[in-house]
Amino acid sequence: MPDPSAIDGKLAPPDEHAGVLVIGAGPAGTAAAIAAAEAGEQVVLVDENPVDPGLMGHDTPLWYGARMTAAVQRPERLVEQLAAANPALEAAMMLGVDVRLGVTAWGLYAPGPALRGLPAAMVGLADAERAWMCGFDRLVLATGARDVAIAFRGWDQPGVMGANGLHVLVQRYDAFDGRRIAVLGSGALGLRTALDAKARGLEVVAIVEVLGAPQGPPDLLAEVAAANIPVLAGHAPLRAEGGASGVERLVLRAPDGLETSLGCDTVCLAVGLAPAIELLQSAGGAIVSDGGRGGHAPALDGAATSLVNVSAVGDCAGPALDHDAWAYQAAWLAALQGAADPSLIICQCEAVTRGDIIEVRAPRYLGPPTERSRARSLGTLIADGPVNQDQIKRLTRACMGVCQARRCREQVALILAEAAGVAPQDVPLAGFRAPVRPLPLAVIADWNETEAMRDGWEIWMAIPGQWAPYADIGTEREFALLGGGSARR
Amino acid sequence: MSAGAAVVVIGGGVTGLSAAWWLARAGVDVLVLEKGLVGWEASGRNGGGASHYHSPLFHEEQRLWPLMDDLLGYPTEYRRERVIFALNEQHLADYRNMAAEGRKLGYRVSDLDPKQVRELVPLASEKTIGGVHLHYGGHANPQRTVQAYAWALQDLGGRIQQHTRVEGIVVESGRVVAVETAAGRIGADALVVAAGPQTGMLLAKVGVRLPLGYGRAEMIVTEPAPLMPIGGADGNGLYGRQTLRGNLAFGGGPHEWIEMGEAGPPGRPTSPVTRSLARRVAELMPGAARLRVIRSWAGTFENTPDGRPVLDRLDEPANLVVATMSSVGFGLSPASGHAVADLVLEGRCSFADIDKLKLERFANTPEDWLERRGWLPPAAA
Repeated sequence: MPDPSAIDGKLAPPDEHAGVLVIGAGPAGTAAAIAAAEAGEQVVLVDENPVDPGLMGHDTPLWYGARMTAAVQRPERLVEQLAAANPALEAAMMLGVDVRLGVTAWGLYAPGPALRGLPAAMVGLADAERAWMCGFDRLVLATGARDVAIAFRGWDQPGVMGANGLHVLVQRYDAFDGRRIAVLGSGALGLRTALDAKARGLEVVAIVEVLGAPQGPPDLLAEVAAANIPVLAGHAPLRAEGGASGVERLVLRAPDGLETSLGCDTVCLAVGLAPAIELLQSAGGAIVSDGGRGGHAPALDGAATSLVNVSAVGDCAGPALDHDAWAYQAAWLAALQGAADPSLIICQCEAVTRGDIIEVRAPRYLGPPTERSRARSLGTLIADGPVNQDQIKRLTRACMGVCQARRCREQVALILAEAAGVAPQDVPLAGFRAPVRPLPLAVIADWNETEAMRDGWEIWMAIPGQWAPYADIGTEREFALLGGGSARR
Repeated sequence: MSAGAAVVVIGGGVTGLSAAWWLARAGVDVLVLEKGLVGWEASGRNGGGASHYHSPLFHEEQRLWPLMDDLLGYPTEYRRERVIFALNEQHLADYRNMAAEGRKLGYRVSDLDPKQVRELVPLASEKTIGGVHLHYGGHANPQRTVQAYAWALQDLGGRIQQHTRVEGIVVESGRVVAVETAAGRIGADALVVAAGPQTGMLLAKVGVRLPLGYGRAEMIVTEPAPLMPIGGADGNGLYGRQTLRGNLAFGGGPHEWIEMGEAGPPGRPTSPVTRSLARRVAELMPGAARLRVIRSWAGTFENTPDGRPVLDRLDEPANLVVATMSSVGFGLSPASGHAVADLVLEGRCSFADIDKLKLERFANTPEDWLERRGWLPPAAA
């Protein structure tokens, strides 16, 4: 006798099916889509750009630092711009690839030992109005990389942004609302960011490096020199200062200890990109911890992930770097936050400070900490077991906000590693959960669910008698209740 | 080898931690052994509700919750009261029946008309036809509460050993004398097994049969909304609350029966049930329909055949107390811990009759009961 309130038979098969579903229409995803189409496969290529401008205001999916022009308010016009910025898309369409812009992949579901009720592997997709599920024979993740943010004084104002956010606004959207940029980070990422910006006619006032020497490869450094972009090594940013419209200058401490100031409207942090593993990790795909691949990256065999028929290409695959991402980011964290006071906000969504994280403080809406709470800290917590970012998240709310920790995930891990005296790779990855993009209830909702879901819906398990009042157990009334009554906590 | 304890508690979920805390309050030397992190399973993954009229522990639950922040010394985010409101007549009748049970037990309940519902719950649908207002019960933050128990226990001198899975129970002359872990043998004068889904597997090691089925359930949470006068508000097939931060956190709907291991579940994935939950929240609170869903999560739990707890001190081994709350444990935890501590110290619960929660009621449960009930994992697709 089946349990009518269990999941069996309630989840619908996917609304549509793709032979090959490619997520992300950057260079790697577009190339993968073209290759699959040329091999005669039926290919769907989705890309979330143009992104809902409301989400961009939450630095989602990239760190745009509120430096978007009004052009992002007209997504329909941006579609042409995006197509123009990626000529390969037209080639893909000519080959019959079903290209869909403005379509977000928000969830990946794969059958597994604790998810046998799922009829098939499927991806949750959504546009501005609705969500649906897409099955696949083969899934190619080409979701790119996210900006790694590290807080410093003044970072929470318009004009402080990430290298990928800048790249997308400048190169793909042509919707960047800044002119004078200070780039933080002199690795290959920082150097390319500066060169690309300059090539687009933007002014790069300097590339700032906290380490004693520029970090990038000699050929890029030569290009930077040829472009007359100064590289300020051994300089530590102290704070971004500005006014109502955001950043106006970046104040640095020079190697001689003196403060110096760079006039700029944008501070672009280019100290690292994290492979965008949200979909893979939330579906239970294996992840490895490898600073040489940008941090947490998919466990790969060639391009194959640990999930059946799911591969990863491009930046989300965590390509090999010429340096250890964690070591470099930890050096930046130490330089940017070493002298900072504990009131520096780390999690902007939830207003959690660096001090709150290290002292494991409950959020301020609960009032001042109790006497006993004040005696608790990361130090007392790790006396009970290894540092755990998810545990800190639960207690402090750092990483619990609407940006889904895009602005603070990596730096909270770095702060915890520093404070606990462990290597960053030894801080367990805080888990990702669907939806990996914040989507409105009305959009993600299933307005067309199965009859079985509708008819078999119970608040809790509907075990006969579970909610019978204790006094009635073993009485006539219990048996009457078992015949009818509704499950209720 | 770790030092032993007068009482060893297996399981750092709410039930085990509360029991240990009550024991420490009584001056008992207590050690909690937890296979992972405290509160990592269902104890930290539930709806936070605290309105369990059906339980013999109900009065103690209601008495204790308003005191817990002070007793523990750490915030639990407890807020009293709950509003349950209906979009159709069937639900309204169910809620009124449920409220009548609370009233019968001496608690204040108000019937609400649609206007009153919307005063207390401004996000409530205009299609609301009425509801009930329980002036008791309420909700707390499960994750914060679990840690509060753990810290309060430590403040009283109790010990917690995380990442320590119990692999064996040593019985001599009819009494538990120690437990075996990878880190060695830990001596105990008495043992509490409050290990959630692993409770039955642990008891099996000493020849005691506790029939359990294992399930997975899921919830969603939105970005924050302005705080409503009553955050403990639900209906439309959902359980949940508005947190004190403002997020709407709701669960409900189908569970999946799963296989369970001694080290834990094979995973805690969420499923597209997320979308059905989102639909019901949007129907219940259309004013929140544009709020973004920012997370989902799943937890796993155990159920006895009748869905009711087992809170029992066994005859053999005589110093072993069993505690499973059968998938309804968080809200009752202040009281369940009290009951367990009483069973350890006195052999009986001091504040309520819990005799109907003894293990012996399952003595005749057939071996194939899971098959008969259909509590088996779905056939693979």
